[in-house]
Amino acid sequence: VATISELAPQVAAGRIKSEKLTEECLGKIEELNPKLNAFITITAEEALAQARHADQEIAGGRRIGPLHGIPISLKDLIDQKGVRTTAGSLVRKDHVATADAVVTRQLREAGAVFVGKTNLHEFAFGTTSEDSGFGPTRNPHDPTRSPGGSSGGSAVSVATGMALGTVGTDTGGSIRIPAAACGVVGLKPEWGHVSASGVVPLSRQLDHVGPLAASVADAWLLYNAMQPDSQRISSTLEAMSLKGMRLGKLSGYLFDRLDAEVERGVLSTIDRLQERGAKVVEVSLPHANDMAAIYLHLVFGDAAEYHARTLISRPQDYTTPVRLRLEMARYVLAEDYIRALRGKALIAAEVDRALEGVDALVLPALAVPAPPLGAATMPVKGGPDAVRTLMLRCSQPFNLSGHPAIALPCGVTRDNLPIGLQLVGHKGRTTALVQAALAAESVLAELS
Amino acid sequence: MTIAEWLETAKADAEKRGLPELIPMLEGLAQATERLRAADWNDDADKDTPSGNDQ
Repeated sequence: VATISELAPQVAAGRIKSEKLTEECLGKIEELNPKLNAFITITAEEALAQARHADQEIAGGRRIGPLHGIPISLKDLIDQKGVRTTAGSLVRKDHVATADAVVTRQLREAGAVFVGKTNLHEFAFGTTSEDSGFGPTRNPHDPTRSPGGSSGGSAVSVATGMALGTVGTDTGGSIRIPAAACGVVGLKPEWGHVSASGVVPLSRQLDHVGPLAASVADAWLLYNAMQPDSQRISSTLEAMSLKGMRLGKLSGYLFDRLDAEVERGVLSTIDRLQERGAKVVEVSLPHANDMAAIYLHLVFGDAAEYHARTLISRPQDYTTPVRLRLEMARYVLAEDYIRALRGKALIAAEVDRALEGVDALVLPALAVPAPPLGAATMPVKGGPDAVRTLMLRCSQPFNLSGHPAIALPCGVTRDNLPIGLQLVGHKGRTTALVQAALAAESVLAELS
Repeated sequence: MTIAEWLETAKADAEKRGLPELIPMLEGLAQATERLRAADWNDDADKDTPSGNDQ
């Protein structure tokens, strides 16, 4: 798959036409979408008009921004003016956005071309992208499997070249999980660093908006473009030197229940980084075992509030599994929600402590390879466990804590299913996290 | 309200609303709530005064 970092300078120089790139993406959508169901809405005409306009501007010597003429997709819970935002649900099937979300506006101002809105787990309330009002999304590496979720269609769009980059959201791992399952890069920024205004919420205090892309450099380029002008740093970054890089390997809970091949892949990547000069120390999150319960009560409380009215007025328009989980969410008591809020603050402090003296934490992005569609459990070390629990296990701590985290591919299983590595950075130092990820990516590229 | 009392009430309510599929799910939620309430960082009104209230 071609990268934005390679193509954007060519487009900016007029050597490659945006119209041609956009046609190529639309061609892949036409070819692959009937099988993979990654897109809910395809905005071909608008995209081609945007692309032709970009080509005219470039020919006239006008440079808009780092994504000028670059075709990207948007998860279909992010508003794009004049296009429906379904959130993967028939509840919103006719809802047309009257304005761009802030993140859409930033990307439009950076020159992006929007090829369509991608499929997702209904209302982002799930990790497999199989419960959508518009049918399940399928993994391009094995269409009998889930692409992960909830930003499943977004990850598939990048993995297959249907878009060169995309925007997802991550409440418990919904950027990093599908990135790992589909073999692409997913960056969950620090909480609040990319605006969620104009984005359908799942849990406002846990929702993060961020990019998925074919490379770490592309994820950075998109992330940087999502920032307000005053906070943009640079479209490109240098990799951190591996010599002297300090990594904290999270022991215990976060490595306890892994698929054997995922564990081997991640541990062998950590060994390679160590051989190349990184110093690795063991760190822990003492209350990691409480995280799933804390997360559940927060996300249930928030989701129950947002869906309270439509669960009564339009229950038939939800998929059954999501409707039932939302109904269950309505039984969470206020005192338990408040307990969970206190637990969230505790986990954030523990992640800060684990990061003391290291540049980043290192762990798997996803405990298992992409699960078969319809699977309720998967085998892991210690016996089978529920797919949903396993999918969230390695990612949700950093939604609770709000720290920036990035997933990047680190090999494949014997069945050729991608494995994802996760790095977690300090608050206020997303740049350093991405620089560490660039270094890890370069080592992994040498190995492959 | 104890978790057992909450669970009985919730199950009866789900049954009354015609959502019996919720019952096993509510039992799972009750286990998570039990874990949350048992966590060692919870305060008790008859124990040490909480610190860190300024966070």
